[in-house]
Amino acid sequence: MTWLFDNFDYVWSLTVRHVWLSAVPIVLGFVIALPIGWYANRHPRLRGTLLSAGSILYTIPSLPLFVIIPGIVGLGILSPLNVVIALTIYAVAIMVRSASDAFGSVSPAVLDSASAAGFSPVQRAFRVELPLAGPVLLAGLRVVSVSTVSLVSVGSLIGVNSLGSLFTDGYNRNFMTEIVIGVGATVVVALFFDLVLVVLGRVLLPWASASRPVRSTVTPMMSFAQHLRGGRV
Amino acid sequence: MSVFSETVDWLTDSTHWSGDDGIPHRLIEHVGYTAETVAIASVIAIPLGLWIGHTGRFRTLAVALTGAMRALPTLGLLTGIVLFTGIGLTPALIALVVLAIPPLLAGAYSGLESVDRQTIDAARAIGMTEWQILTKVEIPLALSLIVGGVRSATLQVVATATVAAFVSLGGLGRYIIDGQAVRDYPQMAAGSVVVVALALVLDGIFAGLQRLALRSRPSLVPTSA
Amino acid sequence: MIEYRSIGKTFADGTEAVGDFSLQLPSRTTTVLVGSSGCGKTTLLRMVNRMVDPSRGQVLIDDVDIATRNKVELRRSIGYVMQHAGLLPHRKVIDNVATVLRLNGVGKKEAHNRAHAVLETVGLDSSLANRYPSQLSGGQQQRVGVARGLVTDPNILLMDEPFGAVDPIVRDELQQELLRLQRELDKTIVFVTHDIDEAFLLGDQVVILKKGAEVAQVGSPADILAKPANDFVRSFVGLDKGHRKLHVEDRDGTRIVVDETGKATGVLAE
Repeated sequence: MTWLFDNFDYVWSLTVRHVWLSAVPIVLGFVIALPIGWYANRHPRLRGTLLSAGSILYTIPSLPLFVIIPGIVGLGILSPLNVVIALTIYAVAIMVRSASDAFGSVSPAVLDSASAAGFSPVQRAFRVELPLAGPVLLAGLRVVSVSTVSLVSVGSLIGVNSLGSLFTDGYNRNFMTEIVIGVGATVVVALFFDLVLVVLGRVLLPWASASRPVRSTVTPMMSFAQHLRGGRV
Repeated sequence: MSVFSETVDWLTDSTHWSGDDGIPHRLIEHVGYTAETVAIASVIAIPLGLWIGHTGRFRTLAVALTGAMRALPTLGLLTGIVLFTGIGLTPALIALVVLAIPPLLAGAYSGLESVDRQTIDAARAIGMTEWQILTKVEIPLALSLIVGGVRSATLQVVATATVAAFVSLGGLGRYIIDGQAVRDYPQMAAGSVVVVALALVLDGIFAGLQRLALRSRPSLVPTSA
Repeated sequence: MIEYRSIGKTFADGTEAVGDFSLQLPSRTTTVLVGSSGCGKTTLLRMVNRMVDPSRGQVLIDDVDIATRNKVELRRSIGYVMQHAGLLPHRKVIDNVATVLRLNGVGKKEAHNRAHAVLETVGLDSSLANRYPSQLSGGQQQRVGVARGLVTDPNILLMDEPFGAVDPIVRDELQQELLRLQRELDKTIVFVTHDIDEAFLLGDQVVILKKGAEVAQVGSPADILAKPANDFVRSFVGLDKGHRKLHVEDRDGTRIVVDETGKATGVLAE
């Protein structure tokens, strides 16, 4: 433990890097996947192709992807951008399915009534459809978040520093404490992201927790588990 | 792109196809680790998952645990366990097995949960024992999802085993780790390509198996008067 | 006044929902379109706010062909109440009611004030205003739906089987509420139902429809009962089943009203 206090700055800077390397793919993945998922929901034929493509992308193991991307994109292998791109790809793969399911979960009757009340198509998409898709989108984001935070550490194997560096370093120096701290810190970061998402959910989607039991967010999460059944490496 | 052609050159170089460090050997090692891990993890996780799904007990705990385990960084777990127990196949395998358990567990209990309660109720009402219900009704109907859990776990292990090369395991990950050490990018890229190909092939096989499982579902239609 | 002029509707998959329909709906009255499922009544209703556009013919409101009007603007000027209220689940009751006002640019405070007033009009307690729809009962949700339709004080109110999803006791209450509202507010109401009793209760003008929106008879409830136009009407209205042909019998000094099958349905008012 004293090691932590002595090297706090070092661990802290790695944590900050880790947070950045996680946050960018999560946000980018969400922003890119949202319109794709929306289209996929509207065009059932497209949906099958898109979801299959996403599924295949998600099948690619992470370390190999981190290695291949520099070759394709042309960046130096040490660039953290490779990790960000790879993780964004994974995030998009997961979120496209989640977004498609989310928009599919919005009741057509409610959309119809919104049109009848006088919402223009654009107003209806942003003020009715998007909020109502919120709960399922949030569940998907929580899965993406956990997965991304965990995967960032693998990047340390190709020199992209993050909390994963504590693992490689600790292993090379035969220093268990460093590894334990690293695991602990990574879990804390994952919990932090999850907490942020849950709070965002409570704030932006107040009706979802108004009268129904918490189960409603766990269930989409579980159906997600059926799709993913496990984390990623 | 020269990087691309260099990688192709590396892959087509015949010296890379023979010997202990050759592609076939590494491939076999890799598949071997994967098979062993999935087998062991299945023996642990699937019966447990079936029990949880059938009885409904400890479900919240199971969900929380699988969720929590996803947050554990795999590299951390690998280095931690190996450092603790020592270098060698067994410690690495232990880490791989631990990481393979969540998807298998989740596949088993969510598979059982997907079975219509009314069907189970009807089976109970006509006099089946719990064991019979499990084996003749629940598992056949849940098979597709259980296989899905195995599929997910297999891919998980293929990926983790690649990373495990860092803790001195063999397999295809060696190309990446060793290549990194000597800055031999074509080697790293070539190894990566082979792993990706392996993953896609295995995924394809399992997708087919899942579809088979779905198609062969016995449909329990209640006899109508 | 609403007018349907030689309206026809064929959907993309070939179904002809409406053959040839013409009707005038006088202002400030309630016209009920009644018929079995699939006869086209909902399609006709939804043509008034352009949720459906006719394949042939015109719909006119106050002598203006609504095909020339902007859809969104038209819908904001007409109240629409559907079967399951269609409330936005992610907005509080008060915001649901104020929806169209806010869409029209009315300020939040004023919109809320007017919404509160309308909630009172439909008989709902203000304490419900800050709840979410999922926290209300079915009957309460329907009232909110009606309030939402009324908040802009539109001339026209469209109601699509609004009381179909609640239990009979609540339905009774809601029907009485509607009658009271109509006495107070004098709107032009177009009401769709499959229940002939509801049609007779609420309608000034009742339109009995066959498949393809073919008009079997149009008239006031009394007219239809007194002079059914054909066998379809007779059967639909129940005149041939006996429970509408009533006579009076004496039971120990009280005069009972009995139907054709001998079942007592009421007491003669002295």
